[in-house]
Amino acid sequence: MLSRVANTLYWMVRYVERADNLARLIDVNEQVLLDFESLDSERLRGFWNPIILSTGDEEAFHELYDDVGSDQVIRFLTNDTRNPNSIVSCIGFARENARTVRDQLSDELWEELNSLYLFTKSEESTYLLESNLPRYYERVRRAAMTVLGISASTTARDGRWDFMSLGRHLERADKTTRFLDISTYFPKGAEGLERASPGVLHWSAILSSCGAMGAFRATRQEITARTVMSFLLFSPDFPRSVRYCIDQVDAALHRISGTVRGTYSNESERECGQMLCTLNFGKPEGVLEEGLHLFLDEIQAKLNKISEEIFETYVLMPERIESRLPEIPVVTTFRHIQEQAQQ
Amino acid sequence: MDVPKDIYIHICGSDLIRGGDGTYYVLEDNGRCPSGASYLLENRNALKRAFPSLFDSVGVRPVDSYPRDLLNMLHHISPRREGEPVCVLLTPGCYNSAYFEHCYLARKMGIEIVEGKDLVVIDRFVYMRTTKGLVRVDVIYRRIDNDFIDPVVFRKDSVLGVPGLMNACMAGNVALANAVGTGVADDKVIYYFVPRMIEYYLGQKPILPNVPTYLASEEADYKHIMAHLPELVVKAANESGGCGLLMGPQASSGEIDKFRELIQADPRNYIAQPVISLSQSPTWCDGAMEGRHLDLRPYIIYGEDVKIVPGGLTRVALTKGSLVVNSSQGSGSKDTWVLK
Repeated sequence: MLSRVANTLYWMVRYVERADNLARLIDVNEQVLLDFESLDSERLRGFWNPIILSTGDEEAFHELYDDVGSDQVIRFLTNDTRNPNSIVSCIGFARENARTVRDQLSDELWEELNSLYLFTKSEESTYLLESNLPRYYERVRRAAMTVLGISASTTARDGRWDFMSLGRHLERADKTTRFLDISTYFPKGAEGLERASPGVLHWSAILSSCGAMGAFRATRQEITARTVMSFLLFSPDFPRSVRYCIDQVDAALHRISGTVRGTYSNESERECGQMLCTLNFGKPEGVLEEGLHLFLDEIQAKLNKISEEIFETYVLMPERIESRLPEIPVVTTFRHIQEQAQQ
Repeated sequence: MDVPKDIYIHICGSDLIRGGDGTYYVLEDNGRCPSGASYLLENRNALKRAFPSLFDSVGVRPVDSYPRDLLNMLHHISPRREGEPVCVLLTPGCYNSAYFEHCYLARKMGIEIVEGKDLVVIDRFVYMRTTKGLVRVDVIYRRIDNDFIDPVVFRKDSVLGVPGLMNACMAGNVALANAVGTGVADDKVIYYFVPRMIEYYLGQKPILPNVPTYLASEEADYKHIMAHLPELVVKAANESGGCGLLMGPQASSGEIDKFRELIQADPRNYIAQPVISLSQSPTWCDGAMEGRHLDLRPYIIYGEDVKIVPGGLTRVALTKGSLVVNSSQGSGSKDTWVLK
């Protein structure tokens, strides 16, 4: 597969996944807020600020907006094209990536992604943003799911699928760590563990943001900081847990290079293997000792590193090969003839 | 410059028209890289969905062999002696207006679509950059114009092309379809001489005649052109896509004077033809059926043998009364049937 194509497919999927995750995050937070009647703006800030902080785009946010209220955060994360990580921006990028490799995608996949893009440009979306936000996010999430479903059922399991898998799972792992990190910025006193306390509500919200509520319930554990964190980091079988995602990344990397799992042939595989080891054998107690925020920070840094190394190995290295022309090019005579003809 | 199998124009789109007396004429030849074949295939698909029952009863010859014929031709001109040849489609990129077609054809043929930056020339061989390293390329179906194809030889500021490509080509290590320089066959002045070429090389009269043509650099023709300018269509020799064109009967006197000067200054660069009233076809326009002028472009593939698609791109001038059917001037297209 062409390096350019591999890179483009990887980013196309990452952007779709990012839009999907953001849509779920905002929607869930909106729902949570409904449980609190008449929040004053100070308490509202307590809910939205962690979200901005966890996306890592707080600088960009404060450049554009003065206040951290619902309207501002929602606009910033949803349809502000000045924010390159807003839902609408992500969908635009995903579609632009898809357009340049249309020949690699099934028609259905392109059509679905393109209609999602057209939806973000439509009057319908403007209307929904103003009057029916949950419906807006539902549209985005449904389309993202459809894109995923179509690609799963129409893409051959070759290099293309592997690079798409890399993008999907790296983005998911990143988003899960970021959603977990929201707990770092919870308002003070929200740590209580009683059933109806803000703490439980917050942790439930994090589970829902990761689409993990049902799967978590099936484990019959109570919602506490420890159980939720453990589930989202270490679950071996939940598809959005960090461990599961990294396992998928590791598998895809080894399918691409043909190296046996447990060994490595390039830096991305080594970094990924190391991280998988930490997650396979990690314990929630260890994380709590180290501090969740610090642990998540390290994971995010490593995810970036893996992403960079993938780019280095499969895109930059082939791109760096420069053309080598013979010392006396055949074409000099050709050009000579051309110039003579012109005179 | 010698090319594999001695074929220069592998894909030719000749524009045909039918005049008022029912005669078919060759309006022009497109030997550069004729576009539009994907519309021919997609129009057929659309019509099949809209009128599935018609096809069976009328007996329409299928056109879907085009991508296969194209691929067979690419394989045929491959310079590789053994093993499966690697063919690619070279596109200027997704901002090109024909990008849809490039993707469409590449996908139908099952070959890679590459941009200039995906290719690299090392020691007169062309390779593409893949996730598994470099892969040698044998045949390039190029949809980039000559000017941009190799910055070492042609336009130096081209970022779309592949430096050293012409080297590889001249060393015989890669085949280009169409070959570089075939645009000379599109030249309107060459057109003037095509019937004579056919007679000289094939010893027969052309089966499809040219539109009567006057060449401004021939003395008798020049006089005729200058005397009848308001009745003629004047075309610049080396333009395409409906540019550099004077439609005498519809032109203002200012435009006619402008062309008179242009022809005087450079007679070698202009030809003139009487206005042929292109045939019309009923066309759905703003809620009603109306007549619109059209022409027909069949695609001819020259590989192991010559294949002509049993169909073609029929271009329709959507503006009422207009005789300009170029798609770059906003015309539409129709499916065309060749019956069994």
